[in-house]
Amino acid sequence: MRRPAEALPRFTRIETWVHRSTAAIVAVLFATGAILYVEQLSLLVGRRLLVEGTHIVAGLLLPLPALLGLWRSRELRADVHALGRMTPVDWEWLRRRDRRDAGLAVGKFNGGQKLASATVVGAGIVLFGTGLLLLAPARINLAVSVREGATITHDLFTFGLLFLLAGHIWIALRHPEARRALRTGVVDPAYAAREHAAWAAEQ
Amino acid sequence: MTTNHDDPALTGQPVGRRLVLGLMALGAAGVAAGPWVSRGLGAVSGALSKHDPTGLSSLIPGGGWRYYTVTDGFPYQPPSSYRLRVAGNVSRELTLTTSDLKGRPRTRLTSDFQCVTGWRVPGVRWEGVRLADLLDEAVPDSDQTAVQFVSYDGTYTESLTMAEARRPDVLIVDTLDGKPIGRAHGGPVRLLVAPMYGYKSCKWLSEIRVTDQLIPGYWEVLGYDQDAWVGKSNGRRDAPTG
Repeated sequence: MRRPAEALPRFTRIETWVHRSTAAIVAVLFATGAILYVEQLSLLVGRRLLVEGTHIVAGLLLPLPALLGLWRSRELRADVHALGRMTPVDWEWLRRRDRRDAGLAVGKFNGGQKLASATVVGAGIVLFGTGLLLLAPARINLAVSVREGATITHDLFTFGLLFLLAGHIWIALRHPEARRALRTGVVDPAYAAREHAAWAAEQ
Repeated sequence: MTTNHDDPALTGQPVGRRLVLGLMALGAAGVAAGPWVSRGLGAVSGALSKHDPTGLSSLIPGGGWRYYTVTDGFPYQPPSSYRLRVAGNVSRELTLTTSDLKGRPRTRLTSDFQCVTGWRVPGVRWEGVRLADLLDEAVPDSDQTAVQFVSYDGTYTESLTMAEARRPDVLIVDTLDGKPIGRAHGGPVRLLVAPMYGYKSCKWLSEIRVTDQLIPGYWEVLGYDQDAWVGKSNGRRDAPTG
């Protein structure tokens, strides 16, 4: 496929759908989680059972878009594979202050995107698992110390993920072209050549 | 995607997998070490909350007060219209206003507040009247063995044996750290069972009922211990609070 003058295909419809639905679920989780966690918001909103129920349902749905996407989309599986591997260029990209002007042969994803995506996945799994533990006590006889551990781990990972996602959104706001790529599935070749030179050259 | 060996997707170290597995291990360690982690963080934020007019320290995980209710929300009873009933098997039912409580012999007590889920607020200053005094005033019928507490949230109940209810560190409180107890902390009036886990200290208290048998409360029905002594129940080993 060689269409230098035109927009380069970067993400499939399934991939943009996975991103968007996961983002929506995460937004619901953060909103309801904040209401449950912050006393002032709890008192302001009331409706605790509704908020709690929404948080639980959203949490259970969280892995679904990604799993469906992995099942249906070869492109997503390939992207996940690429995201999981750090090359020497990726480490160099992370190290250099002039990373965006150094003419590095960055692949489809840069080192920052790779480390951030793995961190988000790891944190997501921990939040999902501890969330399941917190659902359990009413039904099974779970030791109180396990409940306490799950609570504190859920809280701490939420704070970690909050900072990571704030950074994610901050960087996305500074790169309208990257946002457009995830919205439309195609990217401007000049932008791709600048940010993902090795990948752009392959297209 | 090309498949030659220069393809960065097929070379490089599997850092992503290591990162994911590492975070999962960290999460598992967090669950295992939870009591220790949350005690450490709790000590920090509990101490901070004493000198924090903004209330922001309550956002630190693991420590400080945490707001909880088992209901879907309910109307708050402001101090002006609040009434506390002492009823059940007694000779003299009482209906008390907040100023009735203020006019009775007052007791002050400082104790840590320990939740069964782990958080602890050190050195909370409570003020109110002894439950024993109110019971004496209402004169329980003979052979009454227990006291039930009913919250005006419409759902929550708690209970103590008569002997527990008569302890000097069991109070009906309206003041917390020198201020009237607000809505979040169970105001205007709540129970305080200082030596037991927080779930015994029924918030938004509306009625005290003397009964001839112990009626398990909201959490006891769900499997938590009836005699909820801090450090000696619910499989926990916290330092005693009162």
